[in-house]
Amino acid sequence: LTSNSAAPGPVDLCGIELAHPVINASGTFDPIAARRAFGEALVEHFPFAAFVSKTVTVAPRQGNPPPRLWELPAGLMNSIGLPNKGLDGYLAHDLPELAQLPVPLIVNVMGFSRDEVARLVTAFAQRDEVAALELNVSCPNVETGLVMGADPDEVARLMSAVRPLTDKPLIVKLTPNASDVPAVAMAAEGEGASAVSLINTIRGMALHPRTGEPWLGGTTGGVSGPGVRAIALAQVRSVAAAVDIPVIGMGGVTHGRHAHDLIAAGATLVAVGTESFRDPSAGARIASELALTAAGPHPSGQGLARASH
Amino acid sequence: VTAAAVSDRIQAPFGARAARVVAAERHGAYTVLRCADRAGPRPAAGQFYMLRAAERWGGGAEERPYLPRAFSVLRAPAGTDELHFLIEDVGPGTARLCELEAGDELALVGPLGIGFAGPRDGRRPVLAGGGVGIAPLAIWQDELIAGAVPGGMPPPALLGFRDAAHAPGAGLLGGAVVATDDGSVGHHGLVTELLAAALDGDTQAEVYACGPPPMLEAVRALCADRDIPAQLALESGMACGYGACFGCVVETTEGYIRLCVEGPVIEAARLETALTPGAGH
Repeated sequence: LTSNSAAPGPVDLCGIELAHPVINASGTFDPIAARRAFGEALVEHFPFAAFVSKTVTVAPRQGNPPPRLWELPAGLMNSIGLPNKGLDGYLAHDLPELAQLPVPLIVNVMGFSRDEVARLVTAFAQRDEVAALELNVSCPNVETGLVMGADPDEVARLMSAVRPLTDKPLIVKLTPNASDVPAVAMAAEGEGASAVSLINTIRGMALHPRTGEPWLGGTTGGVSGPGVRAIALAQVRSVAAAVDIPVIGMGGVTHGRHAHDLIAAGATLVAVGTESFRDPSAGARIASELALTAAGPHPSGQGLARASH
Repeated sequence: VTAAAVSDRIQAPFGARAARVVAAERHGAYTVLRCADRAGPRPAAGQFYMLRAAERWGGGAEERPYLPRAFSVLRAPAGTDELHFLIEDVGPGTARLCELEAGDELALVGPLGIGFAGPRDGRRPVLAGGGVGIAPLAIWQDELIAGAVPGGMPPPALLGFRDAAHAPGAGLLGGAVVATDDGSVGHHGLVTELLAAALDGDTQAEVYACGPPPMLEAVRALCADRDIPAQLALESGMACGYGACFGCVVETTEGYIRLCVEGPVIEAARLETALTPGAGH
């Protein structure tokens, strides 16, 4: 494990021991590509206490047509479309490389039906390299047309179908595009979810400045970055109050004080996403800052004092 | 991870690092930002860096810029730790970078991506650039002169600009032949007209090009027609520059590739079109 003199102490997530509370958000870091860019330094200074993979689907996906990105005031909107090699390609090509990272591996999976999710969970249940699974439920169930993660009953049915298939921790990644996010979290917990993670990106769109047509190839996209931080904090707090299982909080974390706030709101772990795009080693910096702020008075209180409202 | 493969690129130090601006020079509408990069390796021609100002990046108009911006390296003079970047003020990120002065600090990640490869056996390099896209051709011309070109003759550089305000960028390369859209300097017309004329008399050329997507598409088409190899330095909107965000994909004959890890220099033969959507936003 990477050691950092300023890192906070180990944290337990569902029996998995992590060196510190900062991990990555799914889909925001690719260690295989990063190793091509940065070499062995990427492994020696791996910035996260666990690695959460990009979403794996049963069939390979090429992803959405470009353009896929739009910069926003204090953030980013993306429409990537979950490109991945599919389950077989992931097992053959990605898993052997990711298994050699110096931190536990959490695999994020998504199915377009309960059967697809079950197949993915079953496949990874047998792999010792995988410490836990995260279920991406921000997609429509093609059988019902409902976004799985937006409906407590859909989530309950999904969890009851897949919970018996593995002893590994199952983390449900909650979508903020739901009318009652704590109700979805409670439904997941009621059917055996080991933890929940939130927020996923918030749906948005941009128009081409000249044509007025949707800018993104996927028409709509997901908003992330500092602009969603306040929304994330509110949702994490309401979910943490509603469930007893661990909460992984994320949304706009660019500094240790933001991680500190999410933990104060009830999160056990904090994930960093968009900030890694500005600095690939941001996760390690944020973990160090968190350790320093955790020891002192609440940093946002200091900020208010300085601002002298 | 696994045993280190032989790398196909100069690798970057891990993480964003500070680099002090040592000079900001004006060349017509362009700014050449020179910074001292003590911690990084010398890049290969065609590689790029993600740049942002260390101060006041964010908090400007509409709180942009937020993300770093990708720039091919213009020049990395041998025997120094300097990196030069060519910037044109076209939006909130480039506007902020153009404000920087000696003593200000950049945060950068790089060098990133795969740069130009030498000309295939016996072929003569021809450089074709448009606008701010001339940048990677300058360092490539330096390297060709230093190494591969018999007699030290600069490889021909055909450069297109909008107008007389932008044409001073041509002074950044040796022996440039200039075209302008408005005819105020050099050939009145497109740089691809100069290139077509050059290739009509030279079947043994290899073209190196960088510029706006319509220009690169014209270069791709006219090289394909003549069966002349071309290496194109493409642009695509990037958030990260190192393969994390999957945002910068371009379509090739093998499907989408992430331009930041598989490019930015791409063999023209791998493309059906060089009209990359969203470039230049």
